[in-house]
Amino acid sequence: MTARTENKTSAVFDIHDMTVAYDRRPVLWNIDLTLRNPGLVAIVGPNGAGKSTMIRAAMGLVPMVSGSVSAWGSPIGRELGRIGYVPQRGSVDWDFPISVFETVLMGTYGSLGWFRHPGRVQRDLTMRCLERVGMQDYAQRQIGQLSGGQQQRVFLARALAQQAELYFMDEPMAGVDAATERVVFELLQSLSEEGRTIVVVHHDLRTVSEYFDEVVLLNVRIVASGPVDTTFTSANLQSTYGGRLSILDTMAEAVQKQTETE
Amino acid sequence: MFFTQTQIVLTGTLLLGIAAGMVGTFAVLRRRALAGDVVAHSALPGLCLAFLTFQSRSMLVLLSGALLSGLLGAVTVSLLKRFTRLRDDAVQGIVLSVFYGGGIALTRSIQNTHRNDPGADLESFIIGQAATMLKGDVQQIAVVVAVTAGIVLLLFKELKLLSFDEQFCQVQGWSAMGLDILLMLLTAITVVAGLPAVGVVLTAALLIIPPAAARFWSDRLSRMMMIACAIGGTSGVTGTLLSARYDGLPTGPLIVLTSTVIFALSWVFAPHRGVLWKSRDMTDLQSFLPWVESDDTVPRAPTTLDPHVSAQEAS
Amino acid sequence: MLHMLPDTAVLFAGGIPIPFEAQTTRLAASLGLPATDVQNAFWTMAVGALCAVCCSLAGCFLVLRRISLLGDALSHSVLAGTAGVYLLTGRVDPVPMLCGAIAAGIVTAVLTQFVHKAALVPEDSSIGIVFTSLFAFGVVVVSQAKHVHLDLDCVLFGDLAFAGVNLHPTFGWLVPESFRSLIPTLMITLLLLAVFWKELRLTSFDPTLAVTLGFSATLMHYLLTTVVAIVTVSAMDVVGLLVVALLIVPAAIARLLTDRLSTMLVLSCLIGVSCTTIGYLLALRWDSSAAGLSAVVAGAELLVAIVVSPKNGLLGRLLRTVRLRIRICAEDVLAGLFRRQERSDAPDKRVQASVSECHTLAGGGIMSVAALRWLLSRQLLQQAGPVMLLSETGLRYARSMVRSHRLWEAYLQENFNLPSDHLHDPAEAMEHFIGPGVQQQITEELSQSAEDPHGRAIPDVKRQDVR
Repeated sequence: MTARTENKTSAVFDIHDMTVAYDRRPVLWNIDLTLRNPGLVAIVGPNGAGKSTMIRAAMGLVPMVSGSVSAWGSPIGRELGRIGYVPQRGSVDWDFPISVFETVLMGTYGSLGWFRHPGRVQRDLTMRCLERVGMQDYAQRQIGQLSGGQQQRVFLARALAQQAELYFMDEPMAGVDAATERVVFELLQSLSEEGRTIVVVHHDLRTVSEYFDEVVLLNVRIVASGPVDTTFTSANLQSTYGGRLSILDTMAEAVQKQTETE
Repeated sequence: MFFTQTQIVLTGTLLLGIAAGMVGTFAVLRRRALAGDVVAHSALPGLCLAFLTFQSRSMLVLLSGALLSGLLGAVTVSLLKRFTRLRDDAVQGIVLSVFYGGGIALTRSIQNTHRNDPGADLESFIIGQAATMLKGDVQQIAVVVAVTAGIVLLLFKELKLLSFDEQFCQVQGWSAMGLDILLMLLTAITVVAGLPAVGVVLTAALLIIPPAAARFWSDRLSRMMMIACAIGGTSGVTGTLLSARYDGLPTGPLIVLTSTVIFALSWVFAPHRGVLWKSRDMTDLQSFLPWVESDDTVPRAPTTLDPHVSAQEAS
Repeated sequence: MLHMLPDTAVLFAGGIPIPFEAQTTRLAASLGLPATDVQNAFWTMAVGALCAVCCSLAGCFLVLRRISLLGDALSHSVLAGTAGVYLLTGRVDPVPMLCGAIAAGIVTAVLTQFVHKAALVPEDSSIGIVFTSLFAFGVVVVSQAKHVHLDLDCVLFGDLAFAGVNLHPTFGWLVPESFRSLIPTLMITLLLLAVFWKELRLTSFDPTLAVTLGFSATLMHYLLTTVVAIVTVSAMDVVGLLVVALLIVPAAIARLLTDRLSTMLVLSCLIGVSCTTIGYLLALRWDSSAAGLSAVVAGAELLVAIVVSPKNGLLGRLLRTVRLRIRICAEDVLAGLFRRQERSDAPDKRVQASVSECHTLAGGGIMSVAALRWLLSRQLLQQAGPVMLLSETGLRYARSMVRSHRLWEAYLQENFNLPSDHLHDPAEAMEHFIGPGVQQQITEELSQSAEDPHGRAIPDVKRQDVR
């Protein structure tokens, strides 16, 4: 299960000059990010910095005001089959009548295409993914009966079933105990050793240098990005967490007001 | 083959209940339960206009008009949400009441201008009049049910994905909007097919109550849908029989009341989610609820089984 | 909805005075119409207006608190209340039935929450379950009540057209029957507004804040539900299920037009009254249902409001967008000319550009035509035969634009992790939104504000130069 070899010149993932606005008010400014090598990438920043918005916009879930996103050199919309996603746990209704197994099976739907129903191959894959996150014993449970950490693992297994080469994960460590966190990271690391790229929205600064290869420091704009050793410095953290830029707030206000009431 | 009138009506309401249970399952899970209500109310003016334009009481003509204006209502809801700052609830209320008002005005003026024409009594569509269903009407409902069932089965996987996790659906490259529109279309078709029997005001209940009741009995979508169809069908049949037995009781409301009773019974007696299950000890229950299994196949508190997971983090 | 048989309507009760009788008679004479017709029309419109005012006042809070569908649910379940009382007592007395209807309204509100919370049913489904079931129950009971006149038609269609016909003696005056329930309803509504004005305003706009300040949002919710139930019951006699239209639509229109609660209440009342009045007149003209047409008129008024509302109207928004686009194109021309002058051999000599070059700078198309006219009308550009040149004010304006552009580039350079060839495009977009205040702020924050990241000088602007 290794990633397809690619043209050396095209980066795995590239965001060019992406600006995202909610209700005409910019919340992400001129994001420019290129990931050349497979590996584990953390997106770090304070609350309200737009971390989730950034990956959601990159995948086309949130409309962009300007900019473009590409993966392996072509527009990301055409490469969705090679991209996996772990949304925030709160984004779905956990009372939905669906079992753990069926949830993970959904990861294979993308490769199935229209009308075809999952068969033996997909079921076997699903079971393997469940085993990989240690949830095989819970396959027939309704998802609402799981604890927070278990729910997170189910989402992870579903992403594994996508067999993607580039993963976006939105806070997979939120509300998870230390043991699960280690299990999750071992899994992410083995994925990255298989040549995949995993972009993780992360909130725990202490574990960044331990687990990740690269880091993106984000606060409404990208403050710094690059290898953890050189980028994850206290100076950069200071400017990431040292409050919002008041000028950006003023400008966001001005843009919102003038595009609405000139 | 010769059918008695009751048999025709029975077949019609049975099929209707099944189709509504099928589509309604997705509508309820997707929090679109009241969209059916909006479509039903919005269908009335189209029905009247179809009558006025074609001067025909053919069910196909009337219901085509109804479907068009029902869909127009649904589109108006999304346009109003998109272009004004009005909230969901207000938008639904506005579209529902304005279209219904238009429908009432039209039925009234049709009635006033066609005083000698009993066929012009479109007011029967407001509460529904299952008793007068014709064989042709039932055949049309049968077609609707077949088409709906076919599409739902064919796209079961996609609709399930959409209902559970719309974003994941989109990230996998499915057109969430296209699926959403399809689901809306199926809902509208089912609602419109139900208008002659159950009427504008109550058709939405067919979509909502059976799936809501079915949810008590199963934790699996496919099974929940089958149960919803069964409840819908049962309500249709029971309501029709009651209405035939007690002359003068309207069929539509009886169908709705039957499903409400089933909902209430499910709420009380269903395993795991029912009131009794939650309030009493298992062993206590088994003595008078024979279907409750003794082995713990679906334990409620799994947290302690996983060594990695502490109980507190379940919050 | 409740009529007693035999109907006790007193049409010509001799001796009891009818308010405004002289005026309506005079009006009828001047219009050449029968006096009774004009009198009926007058009273019908009065009933409609009263009904609209009650509904609009209550409806504003439904819309603000985002529980409009509760109004819809209440209007359906009220029938169950009257039917239930009929089942219990076997008679059609107005007062117990009114109580039953109000009780049904409150039960609906409570039951909706209960089914949602206790049965884990999504909230919208739980509303759907409760009101359809109650309505079905009401219809079944009513359909069996053959020997009394419990009028289902009235519930479904409303009876506005006849509201002015049945005049009854009340307190020594002969007024429409519906006044007997509508006037107390209006008084109750106004009383609620007067007593709980502050609380209602607070809990409607910001429930969380209200709770932290010690107001019980739940209490207000149920108080409001009770009043809405009362309004619904008395209005349903006149407009039937379409009471929902009168509750929600005028309030929603008013919401689009204003942000102030008091203005919203007054506006919604005026809109509501206009809906029932126009609706009734149209119904007379077309021989149709007055209640139905009132709802249609309300919908039409909403459309008008959406298009032309001064602040959020589609038309206004479109105009503002076009104006912004024109300004941006015009500013692009100014900045382009300024840069050209900067690059020229003689920076002090005013640079000239042909009209077509100016169109190119503005991006071409119809917008650039508008942009050039914008510039000429403001005398920022001067036309000398085939060429354009910057005026004195235009030059200052242009300098300020370029300053904004380069300051923003410098700002991005210092605070953003962007390659230097990615700075121009964002600055090109933002320069149009940077006012003198932000220029000042950026200058203060930058470590140096003499040069932009590309090494070009950031033009200085004196305070009085700024637009």
